[in-house]
Amino acid sequence: MSRLNRGAVCAAAVALLLVLGAAAGRAQAPRVQVEFWHALRGPLGEALESIVSGFNASQANYRVNATFKGSYPETMVAAIAAFRAGNAPHIVQMFEVGTATMMAARGAIKPVYELMQETRTPFDPSVYLPAVRGYYSTPDGRMVSMPFNSSTPVLWYNKDAFRRAGLNPERPPRTWAELREAAQRIRASNAAPCGWSTAWPTWIHFENFGAIHDVPFATRANGFDGTDAQLLVNAPLYVRHLENIVQMQREGLFKYGGRDAAGDALGPSGECAMLTASSALFARYQREARFEWGVGFLPYYDDVKGAPKNSIIGGASLWVMTSPRRTPEEYKAVAEFFRYLSSPEVSAKWHMETGYIPITFTAIQRARALGYYQRNPWAEIPIQQLTRTRPTANSKGIRLGNMPEIRTILYEEVERALQGQQSPKAALDAAVRRGNEVLRQFQRTAGR
Amino acid sequence: MRRSLFRAPFLPYLLVAPQLLLTLVFFYWPALQGIYQSFLIQDPFGLRTSFAGLANFASVLGDPLYGNALRVTVLFSGAVVAGAMLLGLVLAAAAAQPLRGVQVYRTLLVWPYAVAPAVAAALWLFLAHPSVGIVGRALVRSGVGWDYTLNGSHALLLVVVASVWSRVAYNFVFFLAGLQSIPSSLHEAAQVDGATWFQSFRQVTLPLLAPTTFFLLVVNALYALFDTFAVIHALTKGGPGKATETLIYKVYVDGVVNLNLGSSSAQSVILLVLAVVLTSFQFRFLERRVHYA
Repeated sequence: MSRLNRGAVCAAAVALLLVLGAAAGRAQAPRVQVEFWHALRGPLGEALESIVSGFNASQANYRVNATFKGSYPETMVAAIAAFRAGNAPHIVQMFEVGTATMMAARGAIKPVYELMQETRTPFDPSVYLPAVRGYYSTPDGRMVSMPFNSSTPVLWYNKDAFRRAGLNPERPPRTWAELREAAQRIRASNAAPCGWSTAWPTWIHFENFGAIHDVPFATRANGFDGTDAQLLVNAPLYVRHLENIVQMQREGLFKYGGRDAAGDALGPSGECAMLTASSALFARYQREARFEWGVGFLPYYDDVKGAPKNSIIGGASLWVMTSPRRTPEEYKAVAEFFRYLSSPEVSAKWHMETGYIPITFTAIQRARALGYYQRNPWAEIPIQQLTRTRPTANSKGIRLGNMPEIRTILYEEVERALQGQQSPKAALDAAVRRGNEVLRQFQRTAGR
Repeated sequence: MRRSLFRAPFLPYLLVAPQLLLTLVFFYWPALQGIYQSFLIQDPFGLRTSFAGLANFASVLGDPLYGNALRVTVLFSGAVVAGAMLLGLVLAAAAAQPLRGVQVYRTLLVWPYAVAPAVAAALWLFLAHPSVGIVGRALVRSGVGWDYTLNGSHALLLVVVASVWSRVAYNFVFFLAGLQSIPSSLHEAAQVDGATWFQSFRQVTLPLLAPTTFFLLVVNALYALFDTFAVIHALTKGGPGKATETLIYKVYVDGVVNLNLGSSSAQSVILLVLAVVLTSFQFRFLERRVHYA
């Protein structure tokens, strides 16, 4: 290439870059950017990102950038580290057990009610189901974080295995006694290698168990009324339930599936005929199960007065984080995004695509109008279970600091009871003792 | 010996500067931060801080669960170091023989080192899981009550085996190089003196391998203490109970999961001291017995 040619090419390239740069600058400049860190991978993450691009396409002023940051604990740690470095994202998705930790971090977060007031954004919290709203509100009912993906535990069961065992496939066990009987029939007839297992042992058999039987998980209204709460999970009813589980394990009716979501695999694979797990397991059952499955309410003890009450939610909510350089326009952008999320169309779409429960009454109406529950009758069971009673002080949720650590302590002590190293009563006494130490430590750092 | 190859006085410093800078930023700075944090009680967001003196250290050292983690660490590290070095030596001794296709064996034996610890742990999970793993299912079917998700000894055995497997290849390479550097004339001389294979191995090979063995001992101990995090995290997450919670895993659990920065930092400082003590002990007392040829 001659020198002249090279010069001409360079000049042309520079000119092209300038033109492109100017065009890009013109198109992007007016949009306010919002960083949104989330913890949903796979199909759930894709559903979330399609909602975000829906918002970005719906208006020309704001742009939300969704970024996957790993598991819930990883996302929480990333957000905390970013806040300490003065770079917090505008929105972070936080699992429900992080609620108390986030609420104690006044100065790091902006409560949703405050955000909506300051930005003068019309917002009606009463469209949210009480069991959802209560979990993320202050004791006097002001919403602190934005409910997003919520689920509640139900009983998944294998109808084919029920038939093989001579059980009525249209009638899942209602009580723990009936579940035990069904597991016995299934094992006796060898209709499945395992009768019953569970995912999320602490969420289902302690947090939800307490709510459904209207017994407290901790003092001070499960921690809603103050950080000086004490655990109460060694109360007789919890001991009775753990004794029942250990007994069923000894008889080969129950199989421990591990911590958190580890037990999920045992249901859709067909190994266990019954699985107590999150209602959000729908996607996996639909994709993986090679049998006809059904959904029932979470069992309860029918001799407990007042049972069954509403169950409580799990999942995550969206928190608004502060940063030294935030502008009012950025907060306005966040508020508009939240308003978009809570619209009936968007929350119904989220519900139907993911299997998470619809978190607003308007979304339920919308899904019903679209005939979703006629096609998926099971999908109404989690909603009925969540709304069957008004939340009591014991069924509003859990608001304890360092709750992830308390769950881990419960796992450890319950696992030792299942290994036969200690009695159920001793396990729960130890969990209360260790858990209270964790609560006191939180109380010290939370400064109340 | 010539004193310097460089005329300009600053060039050597310039050349080591990138490495020094990396060490400062990624080692010294976090280490100092950790030491500073270990004297504080702070909420996760850093909004409220109070000086705690030695309270974090006192509560860590007074915690029976810390004693448990120490016990698990000693058991786990001892088993991993012994297992990985013994297997590495046996395989290296075998591959050092003049065999047909020895290059193939050697290459195959080095391969596991290229597998990242987290991936290795995933492979072991698919082997050992009692309901989805091939070996795990076979064990359960054959009547062994194998369930590492609930049995602490099974879990510890599994993380030891997985950690040893990831490490054998590394030891194999070093032992093989060590064996190949031993002049064959020494073995021949021993044979002429009427030594059996075992006598020649014990009295010629092992002493000449001592520098390699010593180096591997230090490096393997540090590996078992600090680099096995990924294996434990992917396989057992420290459970069941706290059966596989080593000191380094406890630092992670308390700091990252439980967000108790003060306690986690105090534990890191203790680990730092432990690593320094262990390494200097090894150099002071073991190195004296090592003969560098």
